[in-house]
Amino acid sequence: MLVVSEVSAGYEDFRALFDVSLSVREGETVAIVGANGAGKSTLLRAVMGQVRLHAGSVHFCGVDISEMKTYDRVKLGISLVPEGRKIFPSLTVRENLFIGSFGKRPGPWSIERVVSIFPMLDRLLNRSAAKLSGGEQQAIAIGRALLSNPRLVLLDEVSLGLAPVVVKQLYNALPAISNQGTTAIVVEQDIHQALAVSDRVYCLLEGKVSLSGEASRVSTSEITTAYFGAAV
Amino acid sequence: MSWINALVQGVLLGGLYAIFATGLSLAFGVMRFVNLAHGDLAILAAYLVLSTASTMGVSHVVSLPLVVLLMAGLGYVGQRFVFNRTIGPDPLAGILCSFGIGVVVQNLLLARYTATDRYLDAGSIETSTIRINDSVSIGHFSLLTFVCAILLLGSLQIFLSRTSLGRAFRATADDPATAQLMGINDKRIYGFAMAIAFGTVGIAGFFLGARETFAPAAGPNQLLFGFEAVVIGGLGSLWGTLIGGIVLGVAQVFGNQLSVGWNLLAGHIVFLMVLAFRPNGLLGTGVRT
Repeated sequence: MLVVSEVSAGYEDFRALFDVSLSVREGETVAIVGANGAGKSTLLRAVMGQVRLHAGSVHFCGVDISEMKTYDRVKLGISLVPEGRKIFPSLTVRENLFIGSFGKRPGPWSIERVVSIFPMLDRLLNRSAAKLSGGEQQAIAIGRALLSNPRLVLLDEVSLGLAPVVVKQLYNALPAISNQGTTAIVVEQDIHQALAVSDRVYCLLEGKVSLSGEASRVSTSEITTAYFGAAV
Repeated sequence: MSWINALVQGVLLGGLYAIFATGLSLAFGVMRFVNLAHGDLAILAAYLVLSTASTMGVSHVVSLPLVVLLMAGLGYVGQRFVFNRTIGPDPLAGILCSFGIGVVVQNLLLARYTATDRYLDAGSIETSTIRINDSVSIGHFSLLTFVCAILLLGSLQIFLSRTSLGRAFRATADDPATAQLMGINDKRIYGFAMAIAFGTVGIAGFFLGARETFAPAAGPNQLLFGFEAVVIGGLGSLWGTLIGGIVLGVAQVFGNQLSVGWNLLAGHIVFLMVLAFRPNGLLGTGVRT
């Protein structure tokens, strides 16, 4: 479904990714783990077209999307839950969710279905999204991305800055997302959290893929070495 | 009683300022764009009403819808092909670009229409009044202007809060990069926003031209009133624009009541006081940084 081939990308003079290749099959949940600054978020932004590729290509469902605008990639069926949630502060919770369906892609997701996996949003729909807690805002960000009815959803560090109990609530919703046939890429710093929900894993180290394999077959020592660059 | 009449006239004058300032407020609210050509565009619209009416052999009122559509089209094309190229972290490029366009518009109008004062004919409604008592009377045309301001702002309010495109306007105003993640083409939204802004300035041009005479160089003065209304009301706040227009209108008419020379000065003083004591305006919530 998604094929990233030898991608180098970054910001102005700074290069964050070097010859990164990865592939994601339909229906899979793939984890991308790595330390802070390893290039995980840049990789997702490159897939979404928010950073320019210096080299390489990105194909989605057989279409070369390397030069495609971000909003056209969304219309093709890719959606990103951005790092830091990026909720629209002047919109209510319901409007924040509704704006996800702007492209009117047909599919299974509706506000009711999002509320069914995040019941905490039910009583908040008419509230201003700016005044909610981090966990509630993250639920909105995930719901908003699902309402575009994506074939592939990219989740960028959904646990960042949240209490463990809230993170557990959010991660409990992931099976419901894959049950709808939505493919997912989960970017995390927390290795255990990511491995628990994914079929395959890629580890990034200093902008390069340091390990890839099936989540259930990767040993702790392998991934620790790939994560930190040396055995700990 | 003459002060009550002044208050009524000031409020009604505020309606005209609100129509004029709506486009400024919308352009600033959605894309943080300060359009220094706004006043010249209103005067351009007034001249377009003159020209289309004489070309088509219809009245000025009948030619107004066509001019509004023309202006909206001009706004969309101008935003997509000119102003969008100036949008970035530094607002100076957009400000200078719109300033340059204002100068060009003024000079093109001067070359085409000369500096002779012109006016628009809105029919008998211009002079007819509703007499409340001996000292208070309301002009039909002023009342119509005020009602148009309310309708215009009300329609925009409904558009922004109830429609999918309106929500896209607000989301893009909040965060254009994240709006793109929703499948929204931010540059296209900017085009639509400027089309609406130019359309409203077309309506403002008509009301301005029917209220008083105009010449090619009249734009910058109108721009000043528009800015004052927007800043008094609160940058980017639609209903604030009406409140700002009313406060400015009342200040000017009260100033005139005190002494003829105080007309504009009183408006400027109120504007400066709001800037000093409530820099976010009467209804503003603050400028996004």
